[in-house]
Amino acid sequence: MKITVADVEYVARLARLALSKAETELFAGQMDAILGYVDKLNELDTADVRPTSHAVPMENAFREDAVNPSIGVEKALANAPDRVDSFYRVPKVIE
Amino acid sequence: MKFQPVIGLEVHTQLKTGSKIFCGCSTTFGSEPNSQTCPVCLGLPGALPVLNKKVVEFAIKAGLATNCIIAHHSVFARKNYFYPDLPKGYQISQLEEPICRKGWLDIQLEGQEAKRIGITRIHMEEDAGKLVHGDVPGLDDGSGVDLNRACTPLLEVVSEPDLRSSDEAVAYLKRLHRIVTWLGICDGNMEEGSFRCDANISVMPVGSDTLGTRAEIKNVNSFKFVKQAIDYEIQRQIALIEDGGSVVQETRLFDPNSGTTRSMRSKEEAHDYRYFPDPDLVPLVIDADWVQHAHKELPELPEHRRQRFITELGLPEYDAEVLTASRGVADYFEECVAFHHNAKAVSNWLMSEVTRALNDSGAAIDACPVIPSQLAELIKMIDKGAISGKIAKTVFEEMWKNGGEPQAIVEKRGLAQVSDSGAIEAIIDEVIAANMAQVEEFRGGKEKVLGFFVGLVMKASRGKANPALVNELLLAKLKVQ
Ligand SMILES: [Zn+2]
Repeated sequence: MKITVADVEYVARLARLALSKAETELFAGQMDAILGYVDKLNELDTADVRPTSHAVPMENAFREDAVNPSIGVEKALANAPDRVDSFYRVPKVIE
Repeated sequence: MKFQPVIGLEVHTQLKTGSKIFCGCSTTFGSEPNSQTCPVCLGLPGALPVLNKKVVEFAIKAGLATNCIIAHHSVFARKNYFYPDLPKGYQISQLEEPICRKGWLDIQLEGQEAKRIGITRIHMEEDAGKLVHGDVPGLDDGSGVDLNRACTPLLEVVSEPDLRSSDEAVAYLKRLHRIVTWLGICDGNMEEGSFRCDANISVMPVGSDTLGTRAEIKNVNSFKFVKQAIDYEIQRQIALIEDGGSVVQETRLFDPNSGTTRSMRSKEEAHDYRYFPDPDLVPLVIDADWVQHAHKELPELPEHRRQRFITELGLPEYDAEVLTASRGVADYFEECVAFHHNAKAVSNWLMSEVTRALNDSGAAIDACPVIPSQLAELIKMIDKGAISGKIAKTVFEEMWKNGGEPQAIVEKRGLAQVSDSGAIEAIIDEVIAANMAQVEEFRGGKEKVLGFFVGLVMKASRGKANPALVNELLLAKLKVQ
């Protein structure tokens, strides 16, 4: 097993996901199968191949530094569960 | 046991672009909360970031000016974490392939040799939003989120752990601050957070080559606080070790009110950011032509200019240092010198009268009401003997307050220096006649009294008499029995 139940629990905690025990076991098996499949690539010699960061061979997509109108406070806050004035309101965060 | 502090700095500089790094929203500071947002910087589903080309150009400039290697190939990565000021749940940054690597800056503390501080890397990233607590009515027990700052472009400049004291750290920061403002890529406003610093601090026994466990002090936003925070942290760590304890690797917050640092419990959990290349942003490829072009566009850098002021213009080191504190001052100085080739006199005026007036009014040098050609003309008039240095200060004040050319002011107000020996002699005669007692003192060998007479003559001429001539004529008259 490359992926253990502990790995899934750890990643779920990083992603703030609450998984049941059954789900954790299910995902561990599925992820392990996926990684096992991808592992086939290790049969190839990739010493001289740059790690692929992007699937499409493209580079340098830019925009010029021009200001576009924003969508406005009302639209920005339209889906907010809670707001005060122009702020989103969230549970208190203290440093 | 003696301890040696080891310090590395991570500086975030906000870039002076008009729009954000991945969307067209404005970067203006201080607008209504959330008024400068769009689907991209709000992290709405399906919105796609597109890189602002100017950010890349600024990063290349910063890299070249700090002696870095500009990466031919670099990529953006997602740094994953959850915090209310980060709407996407990740920050777009660079990890394994940053745009600049392996640079350096030289610092020099007074009375010491110059020291080279390594720069590990410079990378581009987006800023997070801003959280407010308490100071908004209605927030009550909640926090407010303003995403105007989210997605504004930052350069993070990471130094090697080469710094050994808070003074070195501050000297390095000031050098870096001067470079980014000099290049015009950052406004350098520390109060508004445009230039802020995280410090990694550890201590080790003197002579050891094993680094101690480090603590990271977050977001210190003035040179003074950086010094305070580092000094406090060094003492805290030494005391801890001497008491038999050990330093914990953690993030700490500096409290300017108490001058101390404290542990940030909210960030206690070790971070695992799970960086991975951002599939929404294609790799960045910078070819030699681009770098060369950027190189040509660089302004003459402060260090080079400082040297030139010393070798070409013959300025003392102190003057050269002060005049290259900012590009605005250096430009102003050189414009003056172009009009009137008395570099030292221009330097003196800039460092005294002009600086004082700027400080009093709170204006920056680019908004100086007396323009370089006018200041040069004023100094030229002193050098030609048309006005005295003292009168020149009056003229300068007038130019500062009401504008106008120095020559016109001198004429209008009748301030021209009197170099007519007959007129001066007449005044001297009067002064001597009225102060015979002091004349006797002088003749009796008390030569200091000369100053008293010079003062009276200058006063009687309302400051207009040529001081050199006054001295000469006075001496002649006083010595005659
Ligand atoms: Zn936006």
